[in-house]
Amino acid sequence: MSIILIPALPLAAVVLSLLPLGRRFAPAVTLLAALGSLVLTVGNALTISRGREVVAIPGWVQLDGFAALLLLLVTFLSVTAALFSWGYIDAHQREPRRIRYYYAHFNLFTFALALVPVLFQPALVWIAIEFTSVFSVLLVAFDNTHTALEAAWKYIALMFMGAAIALLGFFVLFWAQEQAGGGHYSWDGLRAVAQQMPPVLVIAAFLLILVGLGVKVGFVPLHTWLPDAHSQAPAPVCALLSGIKTTNSLYVILRLVPLLPAGSGWAIQSIGLLAAGVAAFLLLQVKDYKRLFAYSTVEHMGIIFVAAGLGGGVAGQYASLLQIVSHSVTKSFCFFAAGAVLFVSGTREIASVRGLLRRAPAAGTALLLGGLAIGGAPPFAVFLSEFSIFRNGLAQGQYVGIGLLGLFITIAFFGILLHVNRMLFGSALPRVAEQSSERHDHLPRTCQLALLVAAVPVVVLGVYQPVWLHGLISVAATTLAPLSAP
Amino acid sequence: MDTTTATLWLQNLNALVGGVFLLVSFGLVAIRQVQGCVRLFTALSVLLGLSAFLLSQIYATWDLVVMGVVDIGTKAMLIPWLLRRALPEEVYTRREVTQVMNIPTSLLVALGLAIIGYVFSKPLLGVSGGAGPAGVNLPIGFAGLLIGALTASVRREAVPLFLGLLAMENSAFLAGIGIAPEMPLIAEVSIALDVLILVFAVSILTRTVHQHIGTTEVGALVTLTEATKDESPS
Repeated sequence: MSIILIPALPLAAVVLSLLPLGRRFAPAVTLLAALGSLVLTVGNALTISRGREVVAIPGWVQLDGFAALLLLLVTFLSVTAALFSWGYIDAHQREPRRIRYYYAHFNLFTFALALVPVLFQPALVWIAIEFTSVFSVLLVAFDNTHTALEAAWKYIALMFMGAAIALLGFFVLFWAQEQAGGGHYSWDGLRAVAQQMPPVLVIAAFLLILVGLGVKVGFVPLHTWLPDAHSQAPAPVCALLSGIKTTNSLYVILRLVPLLPAGSGWAIQSIGLLAAGVAAFLLLQVKDYKRLFAYSTVEHMGIIFVAAGLGGGVAGQYASLLQIVSHSVTKSFCFFAAGAVLFVSGTREIASVRGLLRRAPAAGTALLLGGLAIGGAPPFAVFLSEFSIFRNGLAQGQYVGIGLLGLFITIAFFGILLHVNRMLFGSALPRVAEQSSERHDHLPRTCQLALLVAAVPVVVLGVYQPVWLHGLISVAATTLAPLSAP
Repeated sequence: MDTTTATLWLQNLNALVGGVFLLVSFGLVAIRQVQGCVRLFTALSVLLGLSAFLLSQIYATWDLVVMGVVDIGTKAMLIPWLLRRALPEEVYTRREVTQVMNIPTSLLVALGLAIIGYVFSKPLLGVSGGAGPAGVNLPIGFAGLLIGALTASVRREAVPLFLGLLAMENSAFLAGIGIAPEMPLIAEVSIALDVLILVFAVSILTRTVHQHIGTTEVGALVTLTEATKDESPS
């Protein structure tokens, strides 16, 4: 039953964080709830990595390998984001009422994020995905500035438009399963009758869900809201939005890929390549460093999708899952670093930040590490996962896809480092920097700690993979591998 | 009246409800008054409820009755009431003067979208023989979904734009009850509740926009693009 507790803890924290018991109560409760969920998730993940399933309510609430992997990322990011929020929000908000408001919504958001992998019935998963959008929209608008409100409106309008389209997709999917003889509507139930489902219905359902949830993932050309929302929200919220919310929606799409008729790999690859390619070029011309990382998210969603379409059975899906893990931990770290830079510089503009390494060594080092890691430089986690994708692509003889992907990754790498270098080196621009009222001298301790904790998997997973994590990803990969022909 | 004739009657009634649903969707594109948009959305929700009641008799399932009641309760009563309470009266008395597209053009595009809805539904219906209520609900739902997206895209005022999105959800449901009447009730009821929470969040957001920016013309909020990021770094 412990899996029901994992989303229930943040839900309880919603109520507790609304109690007016001092400035530190809400952040402390939030952090404790997130830690509790993480511990429970690790326990369940260990069980699943040994090849067992964890079931609370069969067919409705249960965890398989892929779900457990996603849940692990959700709860880890919830902990680091809660830790980062502590000092960050405290320094930005003086009003205790606004702080409580922030944490209540933060907990609702992490509750919804944890709900997606825990639920096993597709229609309920749709609701959970919808919750992640509804509960995060007021966090995007949290600063109440003109730009934040604009971003929030675009965000919710497009999210809901996508949700309605995806809803029809889930109805069609249910219809397809009924036509194939029925059974319980769940991820497992769908896989069981995949071979009997009428292909035209499966393809229609997949397309509707791809368009509907593709908005949330940020697939090109449905990505326009993403840089806005991911640059206007407070840094810890950006870390959750970019690091895991996009992945949550991608998780649902990836679950459906094995149901497609054989030979659809090229279509999956093309969608991924379009996202990765367009984002790589858009990266080059940004003026705002939070938008830089937001475009990098679009690029990485594309990379993951290409990896999922390369084929190669379980080994191929392993590479795609590894990319999901490395992107989540690295991108959240990047947004914490961006938050730290915003904290000490008071501006989001790349052109206004210079000589960061000298002026603010902690924020500067974090930005350097984040930039290198997300670009795919060795020896970090993203390098290893991208390397596995290439190895698999070459083994499958997918030279065109892999060649284009390599080109886009290289362009994005130089794009990111070009902007990051400008900010890190050179002499500071004192006029702009000192004027800003948003600027602070020192990074709060909790933010530094959050950066340290978030950096651990970014560095460690590049050189060492724990046995249990390898086991968990291997189990998850079997869920995603194409079904063998009858 | 024997059962076959009764079912035929119910199916014809359902087709009539579907036809009116499509007509009201067109109305949502064309009407200018904010107040009128709310009334048309209420009508759409009532029609969806009616279709659910009729289908519950055809498929002999009580789940759809519950779904219809929940639908009318939330979307036809609670949501219009919530929207009215959350926003100042001034928003509702407004007439939209500037739309992205003029009304005849929007209606023509909507007509095209309705045809696309029918064309795309046809191969899907071929799987189940194409007979029965699915043959009515799926194409109309599909068309309504596309027309709702059009409504949301051509509107600049917050409330009509949002009602366009809710109309999309209504249309997805209309199609859904036709093709998947066996969908577990818990999922359908939770979806209705989810929409209710969404309306809460959006009304808070719209109120905040009204307070801080002084307008609810959200279509005019267009500062966040790469092009205008060039503003001087002062």
